[in-house]
Amino acid sequence: MNKLYIARSPRVAARSLGGEMMIMSGRDSTLFTLNQTASILWQAADGTTPLEEIVQQKICSEFEVDPAEALQDAETLARELAGHQILQISERPIPEPSAAGEAR
Amino acid sequence: MPELTAEVDRLSLTIEIGEIPVRVHTTDPLFLNLLQERYAGFVSSSEHAEIDLEIEIAPPGSGDPDAPVHVSCFGGRWTLQRGDFFAEWEPARRHGWVRQTANPYSIDAVLRIVHTLVLAKQGGFLLHAASAIRDGKAFLFAGVSEAGKTTISRLAPPDVTLLTDEISYVRRQGSSYVAFGTPFTGELAKLGENVSAPIAALYLLAKGAENRIDSIESGEAARSFLANVLFFAKDEQLVQATFHAAFEFISRVPVFRLTFVPDARVWELIG
Repeated sequence: MNKLYIARSPRVAARSLGGEMMIMSGRDSTLFTLNQTASILWQAADGTTPLEEIVQQKICSEFEVDPAEALQDAETLARELAGHQILQISERPIPEPSAAGEAR
Repeated sequence: MPELTAEVDRLSLTIEIGEIPVRVHTTDPLFLNLLQERYAGFVSSSEHAEIDLEIEIAPPGSGDPDAPVHVSCFGGRWTLQRGDFFAEWEPARRHGWVRQTANPYSIDAVLRIVHTLVLAKQGGFLLHAASAIRDGKAFLFAGVSEAGKTTISRLAPPDVTLLTDEISYVRRQGSSYVAFGTPFTGELAKLGENVSAPIAALYLLAKGAENRIDSIESGEAARSFLANVLFFAKDEQLVQATFHAAFEFISRVPVFRLTFVPDARVWELIG
């Protein structure tokens, strides 16, 4: 299976507030509130760390989950977020200019 | 031999909302009178204008005011469009033009949109909220249609100065926020007073069986606040700027849920 890389979309604005990650699409002003797993993926989506590594380091270390199942769920979630243009997803590392309107 | 052309008088009026003077120009004296009446209290004698707008009057009957609004920017020029008006504005030149029929509603919409664009660059916004001043402090009452903005405005006691019953005008000044009166009215159909004060609190309105103020979580405050910000432009940079400005506001201004029954006693909780 090919490695997957995820990066935050530069076309959104994001803020973490009271433990919630909120993201607004710059394209159509839709507001998203990410759940815990989606927030972990968003925070770790640097474009260079493979999704598999993110799952091992950030999800499997925190939650008692089967690594293969966690990776499959994470990939599904990443693709869903990419569908909303919140994340970029690629089989190659995603170069820098994608450093988004990140939470300050 | 008689003159074949004649110079047409260009009439001007400066409408100053939120300390931002917008000068409109028209050749139609009746339309100018209409604007003077519509914006009474917000007409300024200032020579300076942040924005000059030329109004071109279209024949009666053209355009649908219920059509969707389209606001976009290309090459530094904003295009504002609804069924009943077409406008362009170049911020760098501080100049724009509007084509509309001789009615106050179209120019009202244009002014609202232009102000949202100006404010977005400065960390301010227009908000679906009533606002009022009491004891030198401004209070905002936000909510969607039927939430109670007009009701709470109507119930305000005599010591309260109403800024608007529909659309609040918020500007950032240093580390605080200031609310200004606006001529943008709701069902009350009464222009706000052209005054301002620092914002002490934002209340999210809810109708209920008793008068009560509750604290709310910051995430809910942010979501509710963003849902009430007026924003028309499909522009990624401005959307991002407005998003971050909303969070700045939430971090600096206390936000509460105000549940109220429709009687004047609710104002005993405010101030």
